[in-house]
This record gives sequence, C-alpha cells and structure tokens, in this order.
Amino acid sequence: MLLIENGQFNRRHFSLAIDLHVKPDCFCAVLGGSGSGKSTLLSIIAGFETLGSGTLHLDGADMQGVAPSARPVSMIFQDHNVFAHLNVHDNVALGISPSLRLTEEEDATVCEALARVGLSHHMLRMPGAISGGERQRVAVARVLVRKRKILLLDEPFAALDPGLRHEMLDLIKDLRRENGLMVILVTHQPDEAQRAADHIIFLANGLVREPVSVETFFQMQGDKAIETYLGKWR
Amino acid sequence: MNSSQDFGKVAAQIFILGCIMLGLGPLALFVLSRGALGALQFDSSVWDVLWFTLKQASLSTVLSVIPGLLIARALARRDFAGHAWVLRLFAIPTALPAIVVILALAQIFGTKGPLGGVFSFYGLGGILLAHVFFNLPLAVRLFYEASENTAAENFRLAAQLSFSDWAVFRHVEWPVLRNVVPRVSALIFLLCAASFVIVLTLGGPEATTLEVAIYQSLRLDFDVGRALALGFLQIGLCFILVALSGQVMLKNFTPPPQHLVQKRFDGNHPLARLRDCGLIAAGVLFVAPPLLALLVAGIWQLEPSAQLFSALTFSFGIGAGSAVLALVLGWKIAQSHEILSQNLSLAALIVPPAVMATGWFILLQGTGDTAPVVLLTIIVLNSLMALPFVVAIFAPVFDRHLLWHDKLCQQLGMNGWQRLTKIDLPLMRRPLLQAGLLAFVLSLGDLTAITLLGNQGVVTLPSLIQSQMGHYRGEAAQGSALVLAIISLGLSAFAQKLGRGHVID
Repeated sequence: MLLIENGQFNRRHFSLAIDLHVKPDCFCAVLGGSGSGKSTLLSIIAGFETLGSGTLHLDGADMQGVAPSARPVSMIFQDHNVFAHLNVHDNVALGISPSLRLTEEEDATVCEALARVGLSHHMLRMPGAISGGERQRVAVARVLVRKRKILLLDEPFAALDPGLRHEMLDLIKDLRRENGLMVILVTHQPDEAQRAADHIIFLANGLVREPVSVETFFQMQGDKAIETYLGKWR
Repeated sequence: MNSSQDFGKVAAQIFILGCIMLGLGPLALFVLSRGALGALQFDSSVWDVLWFTLKQASLSTVLSVIPGLLIARALARRDFAGHAWVLRLFAIPTALPAIVVILALAQIFGTKGPLGGVFSFYGLGGILLAHVFFNLPLAVRLFYEASENTAAENFRLAAQLSFSDWAVFRHVEWPVLRNVVPRVSALIFLLCAASFVIVLTLGGPEATTLEVAIYQSLRLDFDVGRALALGFLQIGLCFILVALSGQVMLKNFTPPPQHLVQKRFDGNHPLARLRDCGLIAAGVLFVAPPLLALLVAGIWQLEPSAQLFSALTFSFGIGAGSAVLALVLGWKIAQSHEILSQNLSLAALIVPPAVMATGWFILLQGTGDTAPVVLLTIIVLNSLMALPFVVAIFAPVFDRHLLWHDKLCQQLGMNGWQRLTKIDLPLMRRPLLQAGLLAFVLSLGDLTAITLLGNQGVVTLPSLIQSQMGHYRGEAAQGSALVLAIISLGLSAFAQKLGRGHVID
C-alpha cells in the first residue's frame, strides 16, 4: 500500500500538495498537463526527491530517510534504462548483484526473466544492437528479478510505435497480475490510461488528487481542470 | 555555397598556405644551398631535446589528468556552498598568460617564496609545476563538464540498484569519462609538448623542448641545420598528436542525453565524504595561493608609467589586429565545411610558430626590420595561433546555421552583402564577439610571437613583464602582471558568458 499524508513538495517556481492512498494491487495512471508534477510524484515515491513536510508510507513502513535502493520500488524511465557497455544479460543481472557475480540459481533467475519478456535469444547482445522496444523489455526483465512490490513507470513507452506500446502495456498488465504488483504509470495519453489502468491520479494546480476509477474520471462533468486537460479528446 | 563564398574560402586557404610556405620556403632553400639534406644535424643533442620534450609532456599530462579526474569526481558528487566559486577558481589559470602564471608561482615556489626550498623552481620541477598549474584546473573543468552530461536516469538507476561507489564509477561514470579521458590527455600533452614561454623562462640547457631549442638555435646560435632537424621532429610530433586527438574526438562522439544529472545519490559514506572534501581542498590550495599572492604583491606595485601605457597600446593594437584577421579567416574556413580547410586552421599547432617565424625573419632581414613590418608579422602569427580556437567556436554554429537557413536564403535569393548583413551577422553576433575576445586575449598574453619576431621598438605588456623580470625589477613586473591578469580575466569571463548563450534557436 502507498500512503502519503499532508505531503508538501516545494521548489522555487513549483509546489505540489499530496494526499494519496493507493491500494496494493492497483494499476494507476497519472494524468495531468505538462509541468504539473507527474514525474516529480514518482521521484518522491522512489526516493529521488524528498517531501518538505508530511509522511510517506510504503507497505506500512515510514520511508523518511530510506534510500531508493531500500524501498520496495522499481522504476522504469522514458530512456537510459540500460547501460550501453553491458550486454542484455548483465543489464538484467544488475538487478540482483551490482558486482555482476551471480550464483547458478541467480543466473537461472535472470534467464527466466529474459524468457518471460521474450528476449532469451538476445541475451548476449549489446543495447546498441537491439530496438528501443527491446531495450525497455530489458528494463522490465530487471524489474522481475528485483521482485519489488511497486512498479513506477515514467512514460517508458512514449517513444515507441502505437502497436509496440500496446504490446508493452499488455505485458505490464500480465506481469502485474502474475506478481501482484502495484503499478503507477505516468502518461500523456488518456487512451493509454483508459486501456491499461483501473484508477486515475490527476494532477492540476499544484494538487495531487486522490485516485478515482477510470470510468468515473472520464465521465466526470463540470470539473474545469479535467475538461481543460482533456479538451476535445473526450 | 555561392561564388563569393567560394572566393573567400579560397583566399583564406591561400593566405594560410602562403604563411606556411613563406616560413618553410627560406629554410628549405637554405638547406638546398648547403648541399641538400646533409645540412640537417640529427646529432645526439637533438634526440636529447626530443626525449626531454616527450618526458616533460608525459609527466605533465599524468600529473594533470589523474588528480584532475579525482577532483572533478569529488566536485560532481558534492554540493556545498561555494561550489560554483571553486569551479570559477579553476577557470582562472587557463585564462591567464603564461608569463603571469610564472610570476604567480614564483610568489610561492620561487627562491623568496614560502615554499622556495621544497624543490628547484627552475628546470624540470618548475616546468612541471607551471604546466600542472595550467592544465590540472583545465582537466578538472573538462571532466566535471563531462560528468554533468551523464544521464540523470543512470544515477537514479544506480541508486535504486544499490550500487557501491566502485559500481557507480564502473557502470555510470567511466562509460562517459572513457570518451573524454583520451581527448583531454591528448590536448594537454599537445599543449605541453608545444609549450614555449614556460620552458623558455623556467628551463635551461638540460631542460629544453623542441620549440625552445628551435628558437635558441636560430636566434642565439644561428645554427639553421640543427634548427631544421628540430623543426622536422616538432612538425612530425605535432602532426601525429593533432591527428590522434582528432581521431579520438571523432571516434568517441556521442549525442548528449536529454535529461542531465542534477542530483547524485552516491558517495554518502563518511569516508567518501572525507576523501572528496580533502581532494577539493587540495585542489583549491594548489591553485588559489599563487593567484592571491600575486594579487597582494601586485596591488602595491601598480604604478601607471609611460612604459606601461606604451606596452598596453602595443598589446591592444596587436590584439585587435590579430582578432580581426583570425575572425575573417575563421569565418571563411568554418563556412566552407571542408575537412581540408578546417585542417589548415590547425597549421599553427602543427608547424611550430618558431619555424614559421624564422622563415619570415630570414625573408624580412632585407627590409630593415621596421616597426610596421614587425607588427604586421606578429599580428599574422598571433592570428594563426588563435585560428584553431576561433574555428572551433564558429564551426558548430555554422553547421546548424547552414542546416536551417541555407535553403531558405537560396529560395529567397539572398546572397552576398544582403545575406551577410540581414541573416549571417545578426545570427553570428555572439559567437563573433566570443571568438574575437578569445583571439584578442590570446594575443594580449602572447610572448611567443613577440619573442620570435619582436625588436626593441615593439614592447607589449608580456614582453615588458619579461624584461622587468630579467632586469631584477621583480616588483614592477608584479604590478604589470596584475594589470595583464585583470584585463585577461575580465575579457575571458565575458567571452565565456557569451559562449553559454550563443545557441541561435
């Protein structure tokens, strides 16, 4: 479970007030205009940014002062998810051992994860020799070997073709179901949110709103911020 | 490219080639008149000079690059009050003329300085000290800039995956730095191998580089055979180094990431903090005291004199002339987008200024050595020495410019003067000013051209300082050096500020 109470994040020209409660197996999409703080919210949860005030609990534990590596969180970024000088196998293996010294059992786990995302045949390839979509699959395989309960996705499929994007979202949905993950996806595409998520977290005017179901969000009438954001899309 | 641009490009190429040929021609004729290549003297002393050149350049490079790498890493990992000031401090030595740096170091390491007895300020020790004082801060800044270009996501990923310090270095920092280390090392080696003023001032019979030995053979001994042997070695060495550094630059070019590092999560262990703070403090303690000592010593010796004003007038005149010529040549070369032209701009790095200047010196012997002729040759040599830096500023701007505007201008029928005044000059205003200031500052601090070509009638600020040092007027030299340092630093800071903002979109 993710719980943020009375959270306040301030920077020079930007502030964000957060009160958020997300259930353990929820798939939330984060929507909001450019610069509304969607990626900042994920960075706060992952531990890359810290709240000025308020509390953040993950799985019941207070995350105050907890390093990013010690949080029950894995995050996939839009780009730079793989290290260019390591092959596909080693990029995934980093999720188990940063020194890349693996036991046989751990190596088997890496191979299983690569098989799950359909990259067994590219195991020894370098990131430069595979496609953008395959590079993101490498990052997903690393998430699998890390076995963390919360998966944060910061527009990881934005640069992919529509077909490939849907394919990746389906893969994430399957993995969520298989592993009981909480997924929080930042996206600019309302249709992507509608297709993949069951709840929407909407950001507007420096405020993070509590999650509402996808159906409720897209049928909401008379909310100026949502109407401005969605425009004629709806 | 239209016909007027073609004409300008060819004229610039002919001018640069002409300067090289006028330098090498008289020397070649001299060799031929003495029975061809038999006149060349590749004796053991020549090989000794080559060995010393390579030794001091290698040592200077190692002593600058390794500590530079460590200090840059420490600076990249730590955020503290005064961080920006430390970076500004490390930008100062690069902007100072060599003669000013020598005087600053003498305040601390000279015979009367507080660390005067630690090692001999003259000879290899002094040369290494001065080269490291120049190049260590340069290395720090270049490595720091490179690490700032690392994708922010890589550090976040490392933090999430619980990387140790070593793993962060191995998987995040080194993949970026390994592209930069050979390039920075090649640059520093080249600068040290071709160093003239530092070796001329702090070296001696046992501590002489090819560049200085060429000057001594020609101007003191008039031993053309030995000078030519040294000159060929210097040309060969510099050609290899320039080609190698060019290769390294081309081979390792990668586009910068979109999200640059803003926050680091590594190095939080108390020992790592202590080590980083120690490294940063050591760097500051190496660079700051000589500069402060020169400031304190020089401020009491600031005496406006006719000699100082005359030297300033000559320096400003030569600087302005060199800057204008370097800008015209640089513009035409950068505009041409040709590898051949851009390689020609490296002429002064490959053909030693001492060799070029000597050829001109022989040619001009019959002209009576008048001040206008001397001034003109100094201006031309200074502009050739500034040309690689001017082209480096212009070329990327022209690349984008050509990409965006050339077809539009062709469609609108804008050519020649109309295009120059309406499109090119307004767009290039900032790079022009930046390159012009850089060429001006380089010329202002130059002691190479004035030593090689000057006479008693032409005294610039650096040559005045050198003369004051040579005539045991150290106090006066400190005052003059402070004036030169303030002007150079002020103009360099302005040029850097312009450089940060000359994106033309």
